Amino acid sequence: MVPFSKETAMKKIVLIEDEQHIAEALQFLFTQQGWKVAMHNDGATALDLIRSEAPDLVVLDIMILNKSGLDVLREMRESKDIADIPVLMLTAKGQANNRMAAELAGATQFMTKPFSNAELIETVRALIP
Amino acid sequence: MITLNFVILIAASYGLMLFGIAYYADLRYRRGEGQLLQSPIVYTLSLSVYCTAWTFYGAVGSAVRNGLEFLTIYLGPTLLFIGWWWFLRRLVQTGRSEQVTSIADLISSRYGKSVSLGVVVTLLAVIGTTPYIALQLQSLSLSFSVFGDINTATPGAIVNSPTPLVVALGLVAFTIMFGTRNLNASERHEGVVIAIAVEALVKLVALLTIGITVTFWLGYQDGPPLSEQIASFSAQHSINTSRWTVLMLLSSFAVVCLPRMFQVLVVENRDDHQLAVASWAFPTYLLAMCLFIVPIALFGLSNLPSTANPDLFVLTVPLSQGHDGLALLAFLGGFSSATAMVIVAALAVSTMMSNHIILPLWFWMSGMSVSANDDLRRVTLIGRRACIILIILLGYFYFRLTGGTDALAAIGLIAFLGVSQVMPALVGGLFWRFATRAGALAGTITGMVIWGFTSLLPGIEGGLSNAGPLMPNGLFGWQWLHPNALFGVSFSDPLVHAFFWSIGLNTLAFIAVSLMTRATALERFQEMVFSQSARNMTAPRTTPIEGDADQLLVLSQRVLGRKATNQIFKQAARDQKVSGSLPNLTTSFIERLEREFAAVVGASTANAMISRVAGQREISVSALVAMADEAAQIVSYSARLQEKSDELERTAAELRVANMKLIQLGEQRDTFLSQVSHELRTPMTSIRSFSEILKDDAGADSQRGAYFASIINDESIRLTKLLDEILELSFLESGRIKIDISKCAVTDVINRAILATTSLTAETNAVITQTLHNPATMVETDADRLAQAVINLLTNAIKHNDKPTPEITIATQEIKVLNQGRLVISIADNGPGIAPQNRGLIFEKFASLSPGDASGGVGLGLPITKQIIENLNGELSFYSNDNGTVFKITLPLALTRADDTKN
Repeated sequence: MVPFSKETAMKKIVLIEDEQHIAEALQFLFTQQGWKVAMHNDGATALDLIRSEAPDLVVLDIMILNKSGLDVLREMRESKDIADIPVLMLTAKGQANNRMAAELAGATQFMTKPFSNAELIETVRALIP
Repeated sequence: MITLNFVILIAASYGLMLFGIAYYADLRYRRGEGQLLQSPIVYTLSLSVYCTAWTFYGAVGSAVRNGLEFLTIYLGPTLLFIGWWWFLRRLVQTGRSEQVTSIADLISSRYGKSVSLGVVVTLLAVIGTTPYIALQLQSLSLSFSVFGDINTATPGAIVNSPTPLVVALGLVAFTIMFGTRNLNASERHEGVVIAIAVEALVKLVALLTIGITVTFWLGYQDGPPLSEQIASFSAQHSINTSRWTVLMLLSSFAVVCLPRMFQVLVVENRDDHQLAVASWAFPTYLLAMCLFIVPIALFGLSNLPSTANPDLFVLTVPLSQGHDGLALLAFLGGFSSATAMVIVAALAVSTMMSNHIILPLWFWMSGMSVSANDDLRRVTLIGRRACIILIILLGYFYFRLTGGTDALAAIGLIAFLGVSQVMPALVGGLFWRFATRAGALAGTITGMVIWGFTSLLPGIEGGLSNAGPLMPNGLFGWQWLHPNALFGVSFSDPLVHAFFWSIGLNTLAFIAVSLMTRATALERFQEMVFSQSARNMTAPRTTPIEGDADQLLVLSQRVLGRKATNQIFKQAARDQKVSGSLPNLTTSFIERLEREFAAVVGASTANAMISRVAGQREISVSALVAMADEAAQIVSYSARLQEKSDELERTAAELRVANMKLIQLGEQRDTFLSQVSHELRTPMTSIRSFSEILKDDAGADSQRGAYFASIINDESIRLTKLLDEILELSFLESGRIKIDISKCAVTDVINRAILATTSLTAETNAVITQTLHNPATMVETDADRLAQAVINLLTNAIKHNDKPTPEITIATQEIKVLNQGRLVISIADNGPGIAPQNRGLIFEKFASLSPGDASGGVGLGLPITKQIIENLNGELSFYSNDNGTVFKITLPLALTRADDTKN
């Protein structure tokens, strides 16, 4: 009904996840919410994509190809142009040290797999109001 | 003209006067007016007991015979007193602080209160002193005989007269009266010391008066000046340098070691000041004593008939000149010299004999028990008096036996050398930490034996036998055992020879044995006490001391007397703040009491006595030895402990390594679990997410729903497969899988594997080629497991192949390794090869080397394959490059039961 405002309000999310099925699930859920999703599975080139997309949020898995998600996050925080983008860290490991490592690296939020869809959406919404 | 009777009367009166002086001094001392005894002059004069009749008369005789050689006897002590004053001070201080009663006591105390050393030193003293006393009696007899007939003065006539015996008995009486009045040997003998000092003055005055008279009033007015005469006189006798050196050394040793010298020098000493004064006053006295020796000798030579005995010139010179008064004075001087020597020597030696021979003997015979009925004081007193009688009478009988011969003339130096055998042990004891009892015993006994053989024996043989030398060809006819040329080494002088061998071998044995033996605990303690580094230390005595204070009181009364005992006990009780007069038997009290005892009966006996009553078995010397042994055992035990601890250390190191391994294993397990967790969570995430989508989005796009459901299905299968693999790997790793060995053809196994991968091969257009070296090859192994391994490798080779047509070649080969047949199965592909950085990781669990799960594996396939092959006692290796990878399975052709059980 308010296409323009909707267009301008359309939030963009970069999703970096190398598990095909999980990536598909997230893409479906985010698109359902009306967010624009750019998917990527390689840690080595993740930063380039983030820089070119300039998203409102990065959803980042810790275990990705070629490079640790934590390293991607650290480099992100060190690059001025993309340092301020909020990052939601995903991990399949529930240990406390993972959470701490993520926070130290500069993660804005942290979620452990598996998660409920509702919880995920709520968390993302809180990050891109 | 003086008659013999008159001289005897004079001698008797002089003796009585000495009694009077001694008695008076004793009285004064007991009244507490003993200041005179503190005088360094009295101390110095008492030291003059060194100058006996042998030197008083004999010096002139020696000068006539050997020129200036007599000086050496004075030079030795002079050098010692001036040059080695610090040595004397150390000796005197030690003697004072340890309340030693004699030189034997000092030596025995230092070497662990050794009884045997005490006995040896005492024996040496007795052997050395007896002829010496005889010598004094001979001199006395000679001097008496001079007044009988001046020209035929021989001792022979007087030997059988009652005079020497009377003199001897008088000396016995004097020594007993003033020497054993007070039982406490270290409480000094004031009467004796004063009398000796008076005699010293008489000696000096007599010799000086005669010398001055001879030099300035008689004779020398006519002839050439005295200085020229002395010069020409001394020129007549060449100086034997080695003999002079030995004589000086000997006399300096003797001035310390002679029992009588030790008595006056150490035992009777009061303070360091006395010694400080004596260090110059005594040499001065000696100088005065030898000042006029040469003039008297020269005068006698020129004015007396050639038959006159030069040993009596001191007497005969004034007599021949009609100076009867002067002759009497000279007589009294000689009399003083002789009596002083006998008294002090008898006193010193009797103390040694009673403390080191009689008391231990009595103690041993009475069964080492001290009952209240034994009066120790009485035993000690009687013992000491008996010893005085014995020693003087021994001297007398020796004199009767050898009197009138030349045998006694040389006895002075022989005695010097005899007592000098104590010197190494004494000096070593004071200054050498490592000196031991065994060393002192060995050295002293060695020296004593050689001295007896090379000096004492040749010295007395001339007097005892008229058949010439006893051993002209050496002992048993062995030349090398000749008394004057031991080991074939002859010296210019028998004395030098005897000195060299006895003192030399003595010192050598002392040092060698000391170094070879280990000191006992008590010896080490005594060493510390003597080295002045531990004056206030208490003896290593176990505390608390068991024992009966009553019994100790009784014993103490027997030893110290009632009065002294009560005083000591009451004082101790007061100090301990104990009511009554019986103190607790503390270590310090026992120490104190033992010292008091030691002053009376010597250190070794005191130690034995106290140990008997107080502390019974705990504090005996043997207990100390046992303690020392125990300590040694502890040392060896601790050495063993050290070994054990080293062993434990090694075990601990091994344990640490094992623990590290366990920690690593634990970490590996944690890593594994965390990896498993990750691997489980990943499919679960998809499953949960899509099932929620389906639930919320029910009835939406059915096609999309079906797709989501298929994902859920795939992920569930993946989950199950993962769990299966984890379980299988865990079984394989723990070696708990069952191996079914059967004989089968290799071809069959490979065909089974190819068949199992048919669908995958079809999907990927893969081509599998077999190149079997020997199609008939049979292998004894678990065929199912082997097939599984081949399937895994085939699957990997196809799945990770990016070629449009994957080509797989399976080859088999038989080889021999160490005479054992082996089967090699290689599976080669034309894939991209394993990236170099991943080649070290491919057998690691969950090593995800490729993106996603395109291969359907979870990273456990290769680890499982490797485990299977290893369970079959084989090896899995690979080679990889850009053109592909070759996996190689090497297996024993026949897996035996042993191999099976090993797994």
